[in-house]
Amino acid sequence: MGSTEKEIQLLEDKAKETRRLIIKMLVKAGSGHPGGSLSSTDLLTCLYFKVLRHNPKDPQWPDRDRFHLSKGHCCPALYAVLAESGYFPPEHLWTLRKLGSILQGHPDRKVPGVEVASGSLGQGLSVALGMSLAAKMDKKSYRVYCLMGDGETQEGNVWEAAMALAHYKCDNLCAMIDHNGFQIDGCTKEIMNLEPLADKWRSFGWHTIEISGHNIKEILSAYEEAKTIKGKPSIIIARTIKGKGVSFMENVLDFHGRAPTKEEAEKALKELE
Amino acid sequence: MEMLYQRDVYGQTLIELGKKDSNIVVLDADLSGSTRTCLFAKEFKDRFVNFGVAEQNMVAASAGLAACGKIVFLSTFAIFATGRAWDQVRNTAAYNNFNIKIVATHAGVSVGPDGASHQALEDIALMRIVPTMKIIVPADGPQAREAVIAAYNTPGPVYVRLGRPKVPTVTAGYAFEFGKAQVLNPGNDLTIIACGIMVKSALEAAGRLKEKGLSCRVINMHTVKPIDSQAIIEAARETKGIVVCEEHTVTGGLASAVDEIVAENYPVKVMRVGVKNRYGQSGEPDELIKEYGLSLEDIIVACGKIV
Repeated sequence: MGSTEKEIQLLEDKAKETRRLIIKMLVKAGSGHPGGSLSSTDLLTCLYFKVLRHNPKDPQWPDRDRFHLSKGHCCPALYAVLAESGYFPPEHLWTLRKLGSILQGHPDRKVPGVEVASGSLGQGLSVALGMSLAAKMDKKSYRVYCLMGDGETQEGNVWEAAMALAHYKCDNLCAMIDHNGFQIDGCTKEIMNLEPLADKWRSFGWHTIEISGHNIKEILSAYEEAKTIKGKPSIIIARTIKGKGVSFMENVLDFHGRAPTKEEAEKALKELE
Repeated sequence: MEMLYQRDVYGQTLIELGKKDSNIVVLDADLSGSTRTCLFAKEFKDRFVNFGVAEQNMVAASAGLAACGKIVFLSTFAIFATGRAWDQVRNTAAYNNFNIKIVATHAGVSVGPDGASHQALEDIALMRIVPTMKIIVPADGPQAREAVIAAYNTPGPVYVRLGRPKVPTVTAGYAFEFGKAQVLNPGNDLTIIACGIMVKSALEAAGRLKEKGLSCRVINMHTVKPIDSQAIIEAARETKGIVVCEEHTVTGGLASAVDEIVAENYPVKVMRVGVKNRYGQSGEPDELIKEYGLSLEDIIVACGKIV
């Protein structure tokens, strides 16, 4: 299935708007994680506006596809696509990280569209495994998506889940890795090398798809390819750029976990016009 | 006296519940023969998942199943369910307030020869500090069934603590109500509050004290959280003091729960019969009960410090 040029242009526009919302949210919040939010924006935009079968007016629709954000600290990107999809009024976005807000610093089930809370890394793929098993038990056709960070795969729990998903032939599941090459303390290569990452997943029995995580066409075709794979789970390893879309944030470690200042935000929003 | 494995009762009760409710799913991490979830697995193959030796994965996956409407019972040894997977319990099972029932077996030194690594002495403490978690420590076989049914009927996460060895039935004839202490013996001189296998010794201690002319109230505090504070306050007010008995460290568990209620409401002397800042070790259960100060004689000595 090919996507038309027009569709791709629309998704690129959506991704830009998502990035703008992320910057606006974070500058208002005064803290949070822009780097990974911006690197995972294209994966999430494609998922929510093209791939996922869901109904924002009925978040509990039993047959909906499930998405779980394992890298919970990148919730600004998730909150943005949820608001844009219509799960909750966009005004909520300006309450991020404030006392009493549904938009906690890491995702919480108070948010319509959030299935399971996250934040403690390494557990999300297991959560997605549970959803995948539930679908199989109930003979439901919904698919399960789970986005992880690359640094996150240093957690042992991830590999317990990886082994189980292959063992139980969970072909209704598609995992994604936002492979931006950074973690809080530095480059993953220096802190704890992950490579050869794709080989690791292949050796665990996964169908592995490597793409550029900022090429809408490649992202869409990876999601489509994953749907056709039978008898094993799929993983999309998306090479991304931390801070993608804002020149002075790209590959800058400082923006892993620091919100932009007012001046930086203004500059960033200009770039994203 | 009837002797039962709580674990056998658990497996049988799972089948009973599984027949009634097709939403029940049972998980285990390579110990289904020991925890007796294998009984459910045999009956309901499609609703049982073995995770292999991977407790963290099992607990986190239980949240995904619960998020899709399943009522999950998951089992392994108490030390692994509460220790190995504590972060998964806290952040993923309990924070979401999901219908996840952790029924852990092999708690306490009565595990016996397997030794310290397998003898959970801190599991009640680890679960008590988790905000949405409820805790039931049944005293015997029949009460294990009541605990599992109560866990099923109570929304949200519940921890049920079971032992390894066969235990005598001591609660026959007493109605079980979640969150409500059972007064198994009336008395006004002093009170013994116990849970799990210590309830039997508490009753025996009361019998010995009766011979000395002392009337000893015995309370089976099967629900450790939410705890029946009224029963504790009444005991503090109506008797001279309280002895708390648990097959667990004296910090963070039942004794601490009782201490907190007593200190805030009606301060009286509380003696703690439990494991004092030690790891377990190999040995036969009855030898270990003596070695760790959990015997009938230890309870009587503690009672002597009250009256």
